[in-house]
Amino acid sequence: MKTAVIVFPGSNCDRDAAMALEAVTGKAPLMVWHGDSQLPDGLDFIMVPGGFSYGDYLRSGAVASRSPVMQDLVKKAEAGVPVLGVCNGFQILTEAGLLPGALMRNAGLRFVCEPAPLTIENHNSAFTHAYGDRKDVVFPIAHHDGNFFADQATLDRIEGEGQVILRYRKNPNGSMRDIAGVSNEKGNVLGMMPHPERAIDAHHGGTDGLALFESILGGLK
Amino acid sequence: MKARIHVFLKDGVLDPQGEAISGSLKHLGFEGVGSVRQGKLIEVELHTADAEAAHDQVKAMCDKLLANPVIENYSIELSA
Repeated sequence: MKTAVIVFPGSNCDRDAAMALEAVTGKAPLMVWHGDSQLPDGLDFIMVPGGFSYGDYLRSGAVASRSPVMQDLVKKAEAGVPVLGVCNGFQILTEAGLLPGALMRNAGLRFVCEPAPLTIENHNSAFTHAYGDRKDVVFPIAHHDGNFFADQATLDRIEGEGQVILRYRKNPNGSMRDIAGVSNEKGNVLGMMPHPERAIDAHHGGTDGLALFESILGGLK
Repeated sequence: MKARIHVFLKDGVLDPQGEAISGSLKHLGFEGVGSVRQGKLIEVELHTADAEAAHDQVKAMCDKLLANPVIENYSIELSA
């Protein structure tokens, strides 16, 4: 099992991501610097962590999504390697064109930082099957630009294809159709604003996030 | 030459910042204020005098980085 976490200038959830991956796989992930032109060979899973890459200049995730290592990540994602983007990582994956839609400024214009009750919408996805038929989870959210936008035709299409993986039970940011997490059409790339890597310890934020990592990493062991 | 690139949200995309500005203008007593949309102005200096080549280059910049086609449109103005 070989996993990696991409680190950009301004990433601040990379160590949380590493802790979560190590907790589930028993092995520390490789930390890959954004300026590297290639990812290591033979990766089984890649995580794009949260934070404020490049200070959110231009648009959140825009500059990071054009960095050298992302060109290689896009190729690997298209070849089927599972990729998870959380928070700023979600913004980066939409900016890179791997996921539909865009993340805009929160409708209330405020930074939101709280536990978010969520509904798992698709239990058959590679990222959620270990939840069984459990529908309700709580993951922390902490973002200023989490307002998911896509045109109506795209929204209808991703709903129809089962690409809406997570929905907010109480919309914190104005996201269309309460969408909190979406996958690509193939199902190997997931982007989400809530932080599952901050919900892996009973003493810190609960353990609702563990099954997400077990879903995607369990089959790879 | 210099390129001035205006990046603005597409029609139909909610602009919470524009709405906040509109609310604030009304609060200050400015009457007759309708919708407000906030965009970006980006200035790029180019080391070329060829307007056509410059336009093509700036358009590529917009498509690759400066605007997000999911939510934004852009316009380009070139000056010497």
